[in-house]
Amino acid sequence: MADTARDPPPESTDFQELEDGEDLFPEPAATQESGPASLPAEDISTNSNGPKQDSLFDDDPEDLFAEATEEVSLDSPERDVLLSDGPSPAITPITPPTSVITPRIGLAHDDMFTHSSFDEIEEEEGGDSFDIHIAVSDPEKVGDGMNAYMAYKVTTKTSLSLFKTDEFSVKRRFSDFLGLHSKLASKYLHIGYIVPPAPEKSIVGMTKVKVGKEDQSSNEFVEKRRSALERYLMRTVKHPILLKDPDVLQFLESSELPRAVSTQALSSAGLLRMVNKAADAVNKMTIKMNESDAWFEEKQQHFENLDVQLRKLHASVESLVCHRKELSVNTAQFAKSAAMLGNSEDHTALSRALSQLAEVEEKIDQLHQDQANADFYLFSELLGDYVRLITAVKGVFDHRMKTWQKWQDSQLLLQKKREAEAKLQFTNKPDKLQQAKDEIKEEIEELEGKVQQGERDFEQISKTIRKEVSRFEKERVKDFKTIIIKYLESLVQTQQQLIKYWEAFLPEAKAIS
Amino acid sequence: MHVHPLFALRSVSVDLNHDASLLIDIPDALCERDKVKFTVHTKTTLSSFQKPEFSVPRQHEDFIWLHDTLVETEDYAGLIIPPAPPKPDFESPREKMHKLGEGEATMTKDEYTKMKQELEAEYLAVFKKTVQVHEVFLQRLSSHPILSKDRNFQIFLEYDQDLTVRRKNAKEMFGGFFKNMVKTADEVLISGIKEVDDFFEQEKTFLLDYYSKIKDSTAKAEKMTRAHKNIADDYIHVSATLNTISADDSTKVEGRVASDQELKLTELLRYYMRDIQAAKDLLYRRARALADYENSNKALDKARLKSKDIPQAEEHQQHCLQKFDKLSESGKKELTSFKGRRVVAFRKNLIEMAELEIKHAKVSSTIQPPAAKGWVCSV
Repeated sequence: MADTARDPPPESTDFQELEDGEDLFPEPAATQESGPASLPAEDISTNSNGPKQDSLFDDDPEDLFAEATEEVSLDSPERDVLLSDGPSPAITPITPPTSVITPRIGLAHDDMFTHSSFDEIEEEEGGDSFDIHIAVSDPEKVGDGMNAYMAYKVTTKTSLSLFKTDEFSVKRRFSDFLGLHSKLASKYLHIGYIVPPAPEKSIVGMTKVKVGKEDQSSNEFVEKRRSALERYLMRTVKHPILLKDPDVLQFLESSELPRAVSTQALSSAGLLRMVNKAADAVNKMTIKMNESDAWFEEKQQHFENLDVQLRKLHASVESLVCHRKELSVNTAQFAKSAAMLGNSEDHTALSRALSQLAEVEEKIDQLHQDQANADFYLFSELLGDYVRLITAVKGVFDHRMKTWQKWQDSQLLLQKKREAEAKLQFTNKPDKLQQAKDEIKEEIEELEGKVQQGERDFEQISKTIRKEVSRFEKERVKDFKTIIIKYLESLVQTQQQLIKYWEAFLPEAKAIS
Repeated sequence: MHVHPLFALRSVSVDLNHDASLLIDIPDALCERDKVKFTVHTKTTLSSFQKPEFSVPRQHEDFIWLHDTLVETEDYAGLIIPPAPPKPDFESPREKMHKLGEGEATMTKDEYTKMKQELEAEYLAVFKKTVQVHEVFLQRLSSHPILSKDRNFQIFLEYDQDLTVRRKNAKEMFGGFFKNMVKTADEVLISGIKEVDDFFEQEKTFLLDYYSKIKDSTAKAEKMTRAHKNIADDYIHVSATLNTISADDSTKVEGRVASDQELKLTELLRYYMRDIQAAKDLLYRRARALADYENSNKALDKARLKSKDIPQAEEHQQHCLQKFDKLSESGKKELTSFKGRRVVAFRKNLIEMAELEIKHAKVSSTIQPPAAKGWVCSV
């Protein structure tokens, strides 16, 4: 079953070579069964089959959503999902937003990119004020040696009716977060939704933790990761569509989660992902799209610029953090040295003043350290997040291009077939003629359908992207405002503390006689 | 680059221009390539000078010549000779300016301008520093009862021709180097010799210890201010990219804090480090005199034993004793006043530094909130 379900027909022209690769990654058959069970009831119908091609499942009577769950394209992210990720992601296909909202809205819609369903979702949003808060806390080391991992407590506080209770928490590990992201990415990225990227893996950092080094740097690493995971979840649930995704709900609510094995960095899956990414990049260069919509061109340029600026800013802020830490170290050293100098000094008042100076500098050192932390956690991490987010945004634009390409390809193919049909009229083999004619007619019909679908897909993804981008920009501005105000406040506080310290020192200096 | 350091932060030491009979200052300085030309301006009521007021151009090397001639004068062995001003060092800002030029393409116009301004301020700070240090050197001399009357000092102030002829030639320079080597031998001597006088014993211990501590503190203070400068530079980049009002101002303030701190704390420590070295030099000379005296005693005893050359030995011994006594007496005076000077200078500078820190912190804490609000509204 494993093979048939997951064996995509070789329609995609891009990645033929990967089909062979498929065999190298045998997925245990058992996990296939567990797949459907792990997802909420609403989605069962779409679970049991792999990512579909129309041709495969037209005859499946039990699949109520056969028409609904049409594949957009067999491009790499899905392939990637199909071949590399664990059972659950592969089994969860391109879940249409409609089926997600099943309990509330109903199953009325055929087209997964239905315009109206999205509007209805927005209406839903209007009713429920955004009230959900997620905290990631209590990192705990589980296990020993290289198999150890950190478990984090994920606590959700909410008044949304979407959830069963008001407050609940679960234990998750890092690979669970990555698993969630890859599921969401496989479902939503290619239809134009900006899926927030998950925090980055760090082999070095994790190894230190695993090995059990209880030192400053591994504590910092864990804290950095915890904070990043929290931001990731909050960003994900802020997205009205993603919030209601069953995978997200399951992630937040259910106590047990099947392990996402394929997210390991050093796995064959990881390697495959890298290959795909490279192939993607090459592909992007070869697609020449006739942009009819100026908005998209403008926005793409805007994001390119933003990307450059944010990266630059990020680098500067990282340098700032580094230098401030250096300043803190130097100040501490100076404080010690000044204390020694004070001890050597034989003039009593001056000696006392110098000791006081040493104390002041020590306090200032602490201030610098705190400021460095603020620099980092508030500012630098935010910038890092946004650099990654922009990459996701650019990815979404790329998907639109691919969608367009597919549409164009279908059109081209249709044209060819039509030409072939016309040619058939002039053949001299009457017995084969009818058969050939029928075949071609079928193919043409099919292709016409594909072309129409391609056009619809393209329009839908364009529409989705417009909405997403405006939402993204709003969020971005809000985010930056909040963080920068907080950061400036921390700077002001530091200055005020400095004033206090120096004002306390001044009388000591004046007392030297 | 031509600079009027009239607004320069005044002497590290207490204001030495008390005595109206001889007032010296450096009102002007010119920076040509590597060389700095100081305009030394003298106002005097003393008849030993030809005119009541005059100015001469001098180079750094001229100051060094003056210092060295004073050090080599036997008569001044019992005095603390003010430390020579260090060579003007524009290496750091020059290097940075060079790097900035190379990186110009990668920055926005705004960023480049700000970095340039920052660099120019640094250049100016180095400039101010070097002028100040040279000025203080001359003022120390003019306020010293004995040194102010030195003939070479007068020549330095008055002679309106180039002093190059009188300056060290290659041979003398080698001699100077040799002298330094001998001095390190003296350091061993000074710590080894048995001190007869309590005062000097205490001073010796104190100065040796203090010197190493202050040297350490100076180095650490320098590192601190360098890190501060790096942060100021980072803020320029950040603000340029962020393009906000509040960040701009904080840059200036942070940068200025670094250069003011530089001038106050680090310079104070650096100056006194050199001054203490000068005090130590006095101790060396005295120790040498003591060693000479002890040797002469031994020689006298030997002569008496052999009943040969006794008058010379006696004369030599007397001479050494006199020298030693003279050194000890003036040395005591010098070291006592040195201590007083040091305490006063530290007090003044620590107060000024604290006041500056407070001022700057107040400025940045008040600028940021309103500016931030302004920026936020404009987004």
